[in-house]
Parts: sequence; structure tokens; C-alpha cells
Amino acid sequence: METATRTPLARRAAAVFVGQAISVFARFMTAPRAIWQGIEPVPRQRVYFANHSSNGDFVLLWTVLPAPLRRQTRPVAALDYWLTSPLRAFIGRDVFNAILIDRRPEARTQDPVAQMAEALDSGASLILFPEGKRNSSDDLLLPFKSGLYHLAKARPEVDLVPVWIANLNKVMPKGEVIPVPLICTLTFGAPIHLDPDEPKETFLARASAALLALHSHGAT
Amino acid sequence: MTTPHLIWLLSGVVAILILASIIGEVLRQRLSPQGENAVVENLNARIAAWWVMVVLLAIAFLAGKSGVVILFALASFAALREFLTLATHNRADHWSLVACFFVVLPLQYYFVLIDWYGMYSVFVPVYVFLLLPVLSALRGNPRDFLVRVSETQWALMVCVYCVSHVPALLYLQIPGFEGRNVILIAYLIFVVQLSDVLQYVWGKLIGRTKVAPTLSPSKTWEGLIGGALSATAIGTALYWMTPFSILQAAGLCFVLTMMGFFGGLVMSAIKRDRGVKDWGHLIAGHGGFIDRLDSVIFAAPIFFHVTRYYWSLT
Repeated sequence: METATRTPLARRAAAVFVGQAISVFARFMTAPRAIWQGIEPVPRQRVYFANHSSNGDFVLLWTVLPAPLRRQTRPVAALDYWLTSPLRAFIGRDVFNAILIDRRPEARTQDPVAQMAEALDSGASLILFPEGKRNSSDDLLLPFKSGLYHLAKARPEVDLVPVWIANLNKVMPKGEVIPVPLICTLTFGAPIHLDPDEPKETFLARASAALLALHSHGAT
Repeated sequence: MTTPHLIWLLSGVVAILILASIIGEVLRQRLSPQGENAVVENLNARIAAWWVMVVLLAIAFLAGKSGVVILFALASFAALREFLTLATHNRADHWSLVACFFVVLPLQYYFVLIDWYGMYSVFVPVYVFLLLPVLSALRGNPRDFLVRVSETQWALMVCVYCVSHVPALLYLQIPGFEGRNVILIAYLIFVVQLSDVLQYVWGKLIGRTKVAPTLSPSKTWEGLIGGALSATAIGTALYWMTPFSILQAAGLCFVLTMMGFFGGLVMSAIKRDRGVKDWGHLIAGHGGFIDRLDSVIFAAPIFFHVTRYYWSLT
């Protein structure tokens, strides 16, 4: 994408290598299995929205996508987290080509929804965590932020695919440093779309329910 | 480590697999050209997975003792990952679980590699048994404590301790059998897996009376008796490549087939309790590692200790 064309070759090669290494490590630790319940793994533009309990979430989702899909899929991540150190910035920007959005409305220079819509217009698929932050509570899901709704409203034709990531919070609970190898499953549900005139709350509740419905299916 | 006998045994297995692949392909063309017959598809997936396993074992045998130890350490890792995924634990067990994978497992296989029998035979049942719960206790969450530490210990016994007795067979010193210990591993796996397959075949052909209907619908008395007896007969016929006499081989094969059956039964009970059909999905058509290894897991330590007690000098 636009960052890739400007970065030097060595940096790009390092990014590909680190991406593969992270992916192999994720496979070794979690043997992730994709369950294509509601969609097929075909190269079609999509917004994958998933539950968020660990920093490994988007890595795992990215890992289980077939290579052609992976290349066109960009995670949406928090700028205020990923730009705090050079290493994070390298992984976020170069390796995963993340769309970095600012979660702090007062500090924003760009509208997150516009950034995401722009990426969609350039042909990318997105990985989005509508809870907005990692969930370390006992609830299965935190209430969704409104970003998913605004994106659905801006680009109503794009498939919004719920993805339930199971077990990753046990692999690396918040606050731990060494992960435990346990098998994770990712269940891909049927796509949803914003109905014309559907109110925000109704849509977000429907999206949340669609994601939660995949939870019981996710046990290994 | 290759011996003529091993090459013959592997050639025999390859011949069986070629025959099975041809039969599988014919069945696919006749009954399942579009992949619509689940039994045929499952059969072909199993045969494909068998090829991979035989190739991996052959490579490990070629690589020598450390190759075999590393192969089974990796198998243990995959099995442990499957088992602990289904076991009860909570956040207080995080360090115990990390220790299972990154301390206990490597140490156990290291002790096997350096042939320290006095340690690897007691490491998990004594040292780990006593010390690992301490790690969980230090985190101070008593909820389901006994269940959590018991299931973790079981996971280690099954996936690490028992599996490690397969490569340990390489270190037995049997007079007149020097340099051929790899045959013991091939023989153990061949007889146990053959018994699994033959129990399945006999069960499909004439199976009526279920052994444990609440645990496993596919285990029948007809399959068990037919499979165990025919696998024992074939294993006995191969006595000439082992250190055992005909009668000894027959007795050992019978023990192996029985232990293999018990392994499958016990693992079925655990799966049934946890509400899953397979332990995992790593081996196409076979479910998980434990689904394929369960019989070997139960047979290996008994085979090791009986052989060691009666035949080995160490």
C-alpha cells in the first residue's frame, strides 16, 4: 500500500521475514484452526470483526487466512499503542500494514472511519475489534464502540464477518509474559450488513449477538 | 541405526500403504467421485496421514537416537497442547502450565537422551508430582485446586511420561540384540497400530455387541477379539526380528493389543466427559495426536518395563 512503496527494500524484506516468523510462532503455540462456518475463505473484500482479549488476536486471525487473503487484509489498530516504541511501530506499520487510528478524539488529526473507508476503497480487507480495547473482564464481550456502525454506514455493501477467537486469552492472560501453548479456534460466521434506516443501537446489538452466537461453537 | 530387519519391516509397511492407497483410490472413483461418501473420504485421509507418519518415523530412525528422541518430544508437545486445552485450569495455573511445556517436557526427554533411567522413570511421578502443585498454590487461588492439579498431572503422565518410554526403548541393553533396538520401537508401534486398524475392520465387518456403549459406539467385542487375535498372530509371525521367542512374542503382542485397547477406552471416556469427538485436528482424518497415539501411550511403558525386566541388562 502507500507505505510499502516508499519503504526501503531491506525494511520490507525484514517485515516479510518477521511476519512469517510471528506467524510460525503463533502456529507453534496455538495450532490455530479456522472454522469457516458462515463464509468460504475466498478472496473477497471483507471487514472481519472479532472479540479482543489479547494482543495476539489479529496475528492469529491473520495467520489462519489463506496467503492471498492475508496479503490484502489490514488490521485496524490503536495508534496510541502501536507508535509508542520503534519495535511496535515496525511490527504495526511494516509487518502488518496496520491502519493506525487514534482512540483519543481530542488528539485526532484524522477521522478513523474515513481512514478505514479509504483502505476499503483501495481494495483492502480489514480486521477490526469493535470492543475498542482488550477485554480482561469476566464478560464474554464488552459493549461495541460505534466505529463498526459508522463504517457500515459509510460502505454498506461490504461484508461484515464476525469472527470468534476462542482460548487465546488462556494462552496469554493479560499481565503474563510467557505464553502457554493451547489450541485456539477461530470461527468465521455469516456476514451481516447494515439495514437501511437501522438505528445504531439495534445494529450494534445485532453485530454483537452475531459474534456471541459463534462462541458456543468455538470450543475445540 | 538401520538394520536389515528394520528395512524389511518398513518395506512391508510401505507395501501395505501402497496397496491401501490403491484400494482407497479405487473406492474413491467407484463410490465417492465428488467426495460425497464420508467413510471413503475418511479412509483416504487416514491413509494419507499414515504416509506422513511412516516417513517421519523413517527419517527419525535414520537420524539416530537423538532424532527419535526429538521426534517423540515434539509428539509429546503436540499431545500435551491438546490435552491441556481440554483440561481444567485457571489463571493461577499459568506458571504451572508454562513449566509443563518448557521445563518438564524438555527435562524428561533430556533424561531419556542421556540414558538416566533412575531419573526419567521417577521424574514426573515423584518430583513433578510434588513440586508442580506448589507453583499453583503460590498463586493462592484454591478454587477447584485438586481438579486442576490432578488434570495437569494426568496430562503430563499421559503425554510426556508415557510417550517418552517409546524412545527410551533405544537404550535397553539386550544381549545378542545390540544395535537393533530401533526394531523394538517399530515393532511396538506396528503391532499396536495394526491392532487398532484390525479392531476397526473386524468391528465394521461383524461388530454387534458394544463393549462400552456410553463411551464409544465403535468399540465392539467382536472387533476387539478379532482385532486383538489377528494383530497378535501377525506380530507373533514377526518374532524372528525381535529378541523374543515365538511364545514370548505372542504373549507380549497380546499384552500390547490389550493395553492399546485400554488406552483407546480411557481416552474415549475423557473425550466423552469433555464433550468432544476428537482431541484436535492436527492430523487430517485422524483428529488429534492423542487420537492416534492413545493406544501407543498405554502400551509403551508396559512394553518398556516388561522388556527391561526380563531381557535387558540395565
